[in-house]
Amino acid sequence: MARFVVRRLVGMVAVLFAVSVIVFFVFMVVPKQNPAQTLAGKNATPILVKSIEEEWGFDESLPVQYTTMMKKVFTGELTSYKPRLPVSDRIIEGIPATFSLTIGAAIIWLFFGLLLGYLSAIRAGGWLDRILTGVSIAGISLPVFLLAPVLIYFFADKLEIFPNGQYVPFEEDPVEWLKHLILPWVTLAVLSIGFYSRVLRSNMLDVMNEDYVRTARAKGLSERQVMTRHVLRNSLIPVITLFGLDFGATIAGTAIITEVIFSIDGIGNYAAEAVAKFELPPIMGVALYGAFFVVFVNGLVDIAYAYLDPRVRLGESAE
Amino acid sequence: MPTEPSAERGPWSLALRRFLRNRLALAFLGLFLLIIVFVLAAPLWANHVAHTGPNEEHTVEQITVNGEKKDVVSVEGKPIGPQWFGAGGKFFLGADSRLGRDEMVRLMYGGRTSLLIGISAALLATALAIVLGLLAGYFGGWVDSLIARTLDVIWSLPVFLIGLAVGIALAVGGLKLGPLELSSGSLWNPILIISIFTVPYIARPIRGEVLSLSRKEFVEAAIAQGASPGRVMFTEILPNLASTVIVFFTLMIANSMLFEAGLSFLGAGVQPPNSSWGTMITVGVELLRIQPLLAILPGLMIMLTVLSLNIVGDALRDALDPRGKARLDAALQFEAQPAAKPLGEATL
Repeated sequence: MARFVVRRLVGMVAVLFAVSVIVFFVFMVVPKQNPAQTLAGKNATPILVKSIEEEWGFDESLPVQYTTMMKKVFTGELTSYKPRLPVSDRIIEGIPATFSLTIGAAIIWLFFGLLLGYLSAIRAGGWLDRILTGVSIAGISLPVFLLAPVLIYFFADKLEIFPNGQYVPFEEDPVEWLKHLILPWVTLAVLSIGFYSRVLRSNMLDVMNEDYVRTARAKGLSERQVMTRHVLRNSLIPVITLFGLDFGATIAGTAIITEVIFSIDGIGNYAAEAVAKFELPPIMGVALYGAFFVVFVNGLVDIAYAYLDPRVRLGESAE
Repeated sequence: MPTEPSAERGPWSLALRRFLRNRLALAFLGLFLLIIVFVLAAPLWANHVAHTGPNEEHTVEQITVNGEKKDVVSVEGKPIGPQWFGAGGKFFLGADSRLGRDEMVRLMYGGRTSLLIGISAALLATALAIVLGLLAGYFGGWVDSLIARTLDVIWSLPVFLIGLAVGIALAVGGLKLGPLELSSGSLWNPILIISIFTVPYIARPIRGEVLSLSRKEFVEAAIAQGASPGRVMFTEILPNLASTVIVFFTLMIANSMLFEAGLSFLGAGVQPPNSSWGTMITVGVELLRIQPLLAILPGLMIMLTVLSLNIVGDALRDALDPRGKARLDAALQFEAQPAAKPLGEATL
């Protein structure tokens, strides 16, 4: 187990290194334009370009530039241009909103995804299964940029049941916090509900054919006991793995769009703002910190998975 | 219901028969073809019905609707709503913003961009994945390790976030990488980003399949007859990958379109003067309270396209591969590699 953990940790560091190199490469080497010009934006004054050039040391060799950048990332000195604020401060400020959004949505999608998948699997082939399969395919194909405007229009503007976006910190007013987050939660969750129910359904159908399920039935367990204790439990492990990965990916992906549409002031909105202003340091910061989080969650999931399933830690190369 | 395998029918004709029996899939295939026709008809509609282009602004213009003069953009900057055929087809779905561009024309041209990027990115990713999968699965050893590890690294990256960073860098500065040079507004920028980041989704299952096919007798026979590795890979193994490739290609178009819409929505994908359904949503969301259709219509088009591709892809998989070898869930086999992400989910 210890060996596996060490190997995973080394792997995590390698991926983070790859992310930093890719982001660095993308901004410093790939563009045709002088990177300082890119950083400064379209209408920058030559003085600004010059100062950026000095600040980032674009006249240095690439490895030196890379080291300088990474130093700034670790010491939290990465600053945005207009206004000049430390990137790490903004990211830390955005954490409560982003985590409220993603954790809440994750709880919803896990609960409903598993519920629908379970119902679908125990009634496989029946009308309930068909309806639920249809619902989940529709859910999978429902992008946040359609669902969010529709929900805002009907539930916030027309019916005025829920407020139109924004984020209220939990410690300020828990009721308002909840009311403001319900629509964004639903937006983020629907897609995954569809996906999880399908994954759980197909996993359960596979497990139902296993010998130990027949044994469980043979020894006289009720259908309900067979389904929950044997089939469901064994179908859950891959779903949980998937959940860990998705949770990380949501924070670094779908949540950005959801935050923008619902004007939630989290990390995603900060990244989108930086994109709109063509500011490199925040994008670099969010990409690296975001990658750190994703890789960290992925690593935890792998380790938890190895703990649950000895095959993983014994023979990683066996595929 | 299982079909009796008949001697005179080949596997492809059996698959076709199975697919044609799936009415739902046929209906959605029809829908997808309709969407294609819709976007292909863009110049016809623009020239003969709407008499305007996707980027032509009508800020201070008036149109005659049923004999009544109306502002395209009101004094307060509110764009006109859907006119249907009231103005002879002009502003069928209204104007898009305070710029007064024809929403219907933009929807048709934007769809061209979205579909073009989706299909090109899926093609490119599939081609790359086939080559990588064949090389890794056939040669094994260090070639396999190198390719498989690289794919693993891409797999575990926060692809959307990095795609966003790459997209914005290219949108500002263009691309210059050896002989490859792209301008900042080129549609190739999003296509390249999307295809590179989505390669692992197809390459991993293909590699697995090549791995098992390489041990089959017909491959050994070809090698024994002195066939070169290239010949074995491309004429012996490749045809056997067809069903997997077709299924994944269909699903990848949907995935790429979602990726593109996400990038474009945030300004890191398609750049003006081009527009796509993703960029149209960005414009529409600003006016959500006054003209909700402007944000909802392009979103709806994306959803219908993605939904039809998902259903057709699913049906193709059932038809081509009734025993479920190429199932999408094969990409989710966690046996030894828990680092798997589902298609269409990780990005958006």
